Amino acid sequence: MIRVVLPQHLRNLARVNGEVQIEVAGPVTLGAALDALEAHYPVLCGTIRDHDTLKRRPFIRFFACKEDLSLEPAATKLPEAIVNGEEPFLIVGAMAGG
Amino acid sequence: MSKIRVLVGTKKGAFILTSDGKRKSWKVNGPHFAGWEIYHVKGSPADPNRIYASQTSGWFGQIIQRSDDGGNTWNTPGSNPEELKSPEGFPKGESNKFVYVGKAGTHKWYDGTQHPWEFKRVWHIEPSLSDPDTAYAGVEDAAIFKTSNGGRTWQELPGLRGTKGHLWQPGAGGMAVHTILLDPKNPKRIYVAISAGGCFRTDDGGKTWKPITRGLKSPYELPDPDAEVGHCVHRIALHPSRPDVLFMQKHWDVLRTDNAGEQWREVSGDLPSDFGFPIDVHAHEPETIFVVPIKSDSEHYPPDGKLRVYRSQTGGNEWEPLTKGLPQKDCYVNVLRDAMAVDSLEPCGVYFGTTGGQVYASANGGNSWDPIVRDLPAVYSVEVQVLR
Repeated sequence: MIRVVLPQHLRNLARVNGEVQIEVAGPVTLGAALDALEAHYPVLCGTIRDHDTLKRRPFIRFFACKEDLSLEPAATKLPEAIVNGEEPFLIVGAMAGG
Repeated sequence: MSKIRVLVGTKKGAFILTSDGKRKSWKVNGPHFAGWEIYHVKGSPADPNRIYASQTSGWFGQIIQRSDDGGNTWNTPGSNPEELKSPEGFPKGESNKFVYVGKAGTHKWYDGTQHPWEFKRVWHIEPSLSDPDTAYAGVEDAAIFKTSNGGRTWQELPGLRGTKGHLWQPGAGGMAVHTILLDPKNPKRIYVAISAGGCFRTDDGGKTWKPITRGLKSPYELPDPDAEVGHCVHRIALHPSRPDVLFMQKHWDVLRTDNAGEQWREVSGDLPSDFGFPIDVHAHEPETIFVVPIKSDSEHYPPDGKLRVYRSQTGGNEWEPLTKGLPQKDCYVNVLRDAMAVDSLEPCGVYFGTTGGQVYASANGGNSWDPIVRDLPAVYSVEVQVLR
């Protein structure tokens, strides 16, 4: 099980409070974690990644163990501390206001 | 006694305003979807408790919301527990999937080159006049989508983009299908309008479309007097008793057509400005129309700081300012294209919202106005339902 922290708006959309816990099958990569999250909370499809291309939406950021993984490829393995649930995987709405 | 429900989309959420038929005392309910941009909220004429909302965000993209109880509770279509009990269940998360048919192709970009079509958001949802589960969505980049299952899934009607779409070019506000009018006498006929794209009509339910822009003039931007696309249409409106007569607020000029768009003629007449966004038709008087003149395309506020609705009772050309109850000094708000609506009570009610967060209502066909709420976020859209 990995722990995932969603931004407030997506927590409201998925109707969850606080962190969510997701079972990821196979190697725990960035893409696999997002696949599992969307499979568990299908309402989030399209809100983090594009429906078709699966590209990260421009103002979404991914952090793991204080590392910014936003620009990393989907096959990037998440750190062990994320895999074993010690640390949460963070999905963040970017600071993009004005 | 009838009740009135006003559905307001704003920059930071949706609000539902309710009153009895006197339209004097109002309750404000909201914000729904707080913090999200709500481009449009509209109820089904066939089932007033069925309401669709377009919820969007620069961060998280497009969400479609639906209420089946008049706005008390909302679900993304397909995720309602009652729907999931159906034998086939339903894959959730499809209700916000707007994917262009086939290879998306390209349209004209600001520098004259071709640019890929990219879905951004739903500007307008037009529910069917007869079926609560059917609705049309006007989206940016400009296209029209249809749902026949209450918003669970949406399919593009690609014939619209096939109508010289490669020549459409976004304006400063984006390139969106912002107006969809359904002909109440001919279910196969639909009109749409696109800023900097033009005006189009289908007579076969959306398979094929034709530009209906003859008579529109945009001499500097479009020197070709026969240009079929590229006109900056801000809004079109019709009266249900006479769907071949359309009124248009264009980037410049107010126009009308008496033959379903085959030929337009200017009826700006004595308006103080020929720029503006909304236009609407009185519920009981097909020749009475309302506009809100705005000073030029670069300033986007009322002339002289006076917020005035202009009414023509002659189908255009002769206009009178309606000012009673509206601020007549130091007012620099705008009224956006989807932010005006009329109700069908007697006398006709007229409503509009401003970018300053006020929603004004007139319970007497525009003769006098009252703010029914003052301090909302910038208003994007206003729709009205009469509940009998």
